[in-house]
Amino acid sequence: MALNREIAYIDLSTAEIKTAPIPIGVRQLYLGGRGLDMYLLYNHLEPGVDPLGPDNVLTVSAGLLVGTPASASARTHIGAKSPLTGFVGSSNMGGFFAPELRFAGFDHLVIKGKADGPIYLWIHDGEIEIRDASDIWGENIFDTQELIKDELGDPEVKVLCIGIAGENLVRFANVMTGMKNAAGRTGMGAVMGSKNLKAIAVRGTMGLEIRFPEESLEYNRQLIEHIGSTKFAQIMQKWGTMFIYGVTNTTGLVRVRNFQLNQQVGGNIECEHIEKYSLGTEGCYGCILHCRHKYQIKDGPYAGTYAEGPEYTSQGAFGMEVDCNNFETILVGNHLVNMYGVDTLEIGSMIAWAMELYEKGILTDEDTGGLKLEWGNDQAVLEMIRCIAERKGLGDILAEGPLRAAEKIGQDSIKYLIHVKGMSNLHSDERSTPSLALGIATGSRGSDHLRSRPAIDLYHLPEELLRKIYGGPKPYDGPLSSDYTSYEGKPRMVQWQEMMYEAIDCTGICKYHTIFLSPNLIRFEELSKLIYLNTGLEFTPEEIWDIADRAYTIERLFNIREGLTREDDWLVDRYFDEPTPIGLPIARDKCIDREKFKQMINEYYELHGWDEDGVPRPETLKKLGLDGEPSHKL
Amino acid sequence: MEKILVVAHEKCTGCRLCEMVCSVKHTGVNNPTRSRIHIIKWPMEGFELPMLCQQCEEAPCIAVCPKDALSRDLTLGRVTLNYDLCIGCKMCVTACPFGGMGIDTVVQQVIKCNLCDGDPICVRFCDPGALQFVPANTVNLMKKRDAGLKFSELMRKSLISDV
Repeated sequence: MALNREIAYIDLSTAEIKTAPIPIGVRQLYLGGRGLDMYLLYNHLEPGVDPLGPDNVLTVSAGLLVGTPASASARTHIGAKSPLTGFVGSSNMGGFFAPELRFAGFDHLVIKGKADGPIYLWIHDGEIEIRDASDIWGENIFDTQELIKDELGDPEVKVLCIGIAGENLVRFANVMTGMKNAAGRTGMGAVMGSKNLKAIAVRGTMGLEIRFPEESLEYNRQLIEHIGSTKFAQIMQKWGTMFIYGVTNTTGLVRVRNFQLNQQVGGNIECEHIEKYSLGTEGCYGCILHCRHKYQIKDGPYAGTYAEGPEYTSQGAFGMEVDCNNFETILVGNHLVNMYGVDTLEIGSMIAWAMELYEKGILTDEDTGGLKLEWGNDQAVLEMIRCIAERKGLGDILAEGPLRAAEKIGQDSIKYLIHVKGMSNLHSDERSTPSLALGIATGSRGSDHLRSRPAIDLYHLPEELLRKIYGGPKPYDGPLSSDYTSYEGKPRMVQWQEMMYEAIDCTGICKYHTIFLSPNLIRFEELSKLIYLNTGLEFTPEEIWDIADRAYTIERLFNIREGLTREDDWLVDRYFDEPTPIGLPIARDKCIDREKFKQMINEYYELHGWDEDGVPRPETLKKLGLDGEPSHKL
Repeated sequence: MEKILVVAHEKCTGCRLCEMVCSVKHTGVNNPTRSRIHIIKWPMEGFELPMLCQQCEEAPCIAVCPKDALSRDLTLGRVTLNYDLCIGCKMCVTACPFGGMGIDTVVQQVIKCNLCDGDPICVRFCDPGALQFVPANTVNLMKKRDAGLKFSELMRKSLISDV
């Protein structure tokens, strides 16, 4: 059954490996994936450990529905205490690793300790081996995977690995599989690097039993038709996430020159440029959206190089934030971050911040080693990617992430930092969208568009439709507003999306198949059916909400245990003090109102059953069955 | 009318949904090693190719089968396997140049694509249309139209530039 996959506890210090089944009772509380990972972290981590020390715990998991016909369920979740924020580290990625992990017999890996020297894990049909990786240490993301497949003599092996950035403990290094699938956020690659864990290779031939095979296939067929019929899917299939740029840049909802502008005037990095370079599109396991382009770089030192992507995020990192107006820079930058294994979003934000510091004279030519960190200097941006990943010169400081770098650079550099909880923001500007601002401020892993963003708020949907979506599955009859500049009813939208994304991350389904960028896609009702048909577990939509609530609350407890306070759920001053200078009238001359924002946060806490300091109330913990945690059941 | 399952590899996005639905339909389990179709990939080059039984006219598997368990089914245009006659000698696995004959180690049988008796599930689920089930006698017309479209664009351009 899809429920018989095990947990493996792997201690790299002692080379001890234990496996254990996942009791059905635990499944019923956390499903799997991110939810169960968070339970495991809360139970296995001591508070206050050094995220880059041997006491940190790394979890790698496949969601509950991974490898089943449920729509696009391919995602691997990775968790640990984050070396970037000191709070919850959590990131997930698509590709083919998670299904293979399940075919090899496992759903969760709990990795502790630190190996004496470079190693990788080889997991195949219920067996786990620790193998020497000395020859592979120092190799980039692409070569690492190929070398391991060669060594194991099987091209069907799937590999998850770190690149040079992870080895160098860049605090926002990612974990990757394939050419571009990346668990990019919160520095999970640095945690792997700190454990001398270069890679995990998996190969499995163990069948995953589907509870109701015929019905599951039929339902998936219906979902494919439904999803494929949406305008959103058709655009994604053609352009990938790069299509978003046209909407957000035109309106003035993006971050340009770090945070000085909210629109790239004359920006010419539209998705259509990819046509000249594209060789087609790729899909993750079982996904019909195939949202990433395969492309070939045409000119310069990387001419002829094959790569995949880029995403909207890289348009931001190497286009908008640094005000470069050259699509090829985005293609090369995207290739470099994937090769080094470093978060495109964080690195773009760090470079843009350094550029503003250079503009303000806080960083000088002496600090940059003569590199002209000027807006629109494509070559400087690409050079900085290398310097950060290889920890050279100024790059060594920036590799420490926003808050540590600001501390090292000093002066008033921190004033120009755009972050929440020490994690940089997506290249979006939330000054005219209070719901999006609330989402990034309260996100459990720091400034984040994938924890709770109610992106469909940008569509000005009619109130009746909003009511249909956000009015359930737990009843809500408070206000809802179609106006995205309003503060009314937005806390509910944020909470709802938070629960939705948490539930989805427990199953391993991709967010693009759910209510994220389209109001017509999967929500709690469909999820309930998907879980039943594939596993036989019966949950009402309300019960799935409760599971998500439990998992999200345990993340909150984790953060509080690590010292989080209400002040951490807040934005940097620029959101409140500097009005947006350009864009369409709806997005112009806007900033976030401190008082109203404070009120929103109160409302948001109240919806969650947290007190005014953001701490879950005893009755909330009791209701969710969390009053006895950590319970050390697993 | 005889239909054939054609592969338009340039449309394949490598998602392996075909492998999954093939396995789930035929075995109730998702186990890609029990699937009749496989996507062969070169992930670092971005190339992928769906591979499955070609339903050969002069099939090497039929030729080597000592028990006549394999035969051509003229109605559905396929090579069909009669498990009542099969002794599991696996000569067909050795003989097939395409890897079209596989071994399902769970049920200890050789397996091959049977075109789902005329409604291949892989085709039903292949959203990008890399797998198509089309009348055999017009398959080249389809390809001609695709190729002709590209050609016609050039022709039309040349007409415009002439003006």
